[in-house]
Amino acid sequence: MVSFGGWEMPVQYSGILDEHRAVRQAVGLFDVSHMGEIEIRGPEAFQLADFVTTNAVARLKTGQAQYSGLLYEHGGFVDDILVHKVAGDHYFLCVNAANQEKDYEHIRGVNHWAAEVEFASPRYAQLAIQGPRALTTLQKLTASDLSAIAYYHFRDGAVAGVPARIARTGYTGEDGFEIYVPPPEAPRIWDEVLGAGAEFGIKPCGLGARNTLRLEAKMALYGHEIHASITPLEADLAWIVKMDKGEFLGRAALARQREAGIGRKLIGFEMRGRGIARDGYEVFVDGRPAGWVTSGGPSPTLNKNIGLCYLPRELAEIGRKIHVAVRGQLVEAETVATPFYKRAK
Amino acid sequence: MYPEDLRYTKEHEWVRVEGAVGAVGITFHAQEQLGDIVYVELPRTGDQVTQGKALGSVESVKAVSDIYAPVSGEVIAVNEALASAPETLNQDPHGAAWLIKIKLSAPEELSQLLSAADYQAYIAPAS
Repeated sequence: MVSFGGWEMPVQYSGILDEHRAVRQAVGLFDVSHMGEIEIRGPEAFQLADFVTTNAVARLKTGQAQYSGLLYEHGGFVDDILVHKVAGDHYFLCVNAANQEKDYEHIRGVNHWAAEVEFASPRYAQLAIQGPRALTTLQKLTASDLSAIAYYHFRDGAVAGVPARIARTGYTGEDGFEIYVPPPEAPRIWDEVLGAGAEFGIKPCGLGARNTLRLEAKMALYGHEIHASITPLEADLAWIVKMDKGEFLGRAALARQREAGIGRKLIGFEMRGRGIARDGYEVFVDGRPAGWVTSGGPSPTLNKNIGLCYLPRELAEIGRKIHVAVRGQLVEAETVATPFYKRAK
Repeated sequence: MYPEDLRYTKEHEWVRVEGAVGAVGITFHAQEQLGDIVYVELPRTGDQVTQGKALGSVESVKAVSDIYAPVSGEVIAVNEALASAPETLNQDPHGAAWLIKIKLSAPEELSQLLSAADYQAYIAPAS
């Protein structure tokens, strides 16, 4: 067990490789109750949600979710989040565990509208059921027709007889669901999901597999690919920034950066020499220090050593030979297209 | 679990001495803590290693960790099979997954190492 933002969480149960494979090939179950929830309600809930996030909340239909950014005025990330539209006057935000208090204060601090911001984390536990067999597994425990929930959509229903928000979202690059349930019921639902998935070989999964899975899918991890000094444009997340939606927090800084051009850019790489890149390792181009690794490690699916790094924009091109300083030795690597892994549709 | 004929370090290495040669590995506890091991970096035959100094490293999916020499001496053999099958370190850490063999230059160093009983007491969770 490791301490993670005040939560005691297992890095692994049966082993990272075993858990990783289960999610790619069948189904895995994650306890992600550490994730935070913030709810915005009221007649001007939309105005606040849209101002404080980078994606276009207006494009959300009721029952739909979107990946988005919370930015400081200077354009750096407060957090990366999921925005769910529960109703026209009600938005449900899933935020990172370590950032939840900061996010809450940040949103409250710019609330100039007729909207209420609730720190709702204590009311929700969250379980993630991920993998090609996730739907079949979870369907046994709910009357909601899960196949009718499109990717990045959700509906409120019941799982194992307990009220649940059932979202077809995830952090693994696989199909799957994230369910939000009352904390006292979570242990029982955990057991029921394990029972329902037993025939597919479901595995409980820890933080270790969560990290290898999201890295293969090139999903950002706060504190690594993104943080207060990184903008979405640098992090290859321009797609969550809708400049044409109107005013939002951080917009002016992003407009200036877009005008001037970004100085650095996130790019994926594969190790060519023997060695594993890890977070924080320095990256060299033509023998000179040029950037740093934000996440790195073995890819269990590809059986390669992969990573993400920041490089000066003019160097951040696919196919460039780079070197990663692995414990004092420069090891050859090459920038590659991402995501490293994409599931077959 | 922890063979009586091995001597152990607090950094979770072991050495099995036969005559003037010591085979070196990492303990069951070490591999358990590391999880799935995917990469091992070892010295070359002929290299000198010094007790307490890093001789190489072992990497699991989640982390990298130094391996310290339990005894000083010259490396006379390297377990080349581990390069293509690092998972052996998880499966048989006290046997097939020996890392290197060292010709001991200071056998008296062995007295500083832990017995199997002492090592097990050392890694037992504090009650």
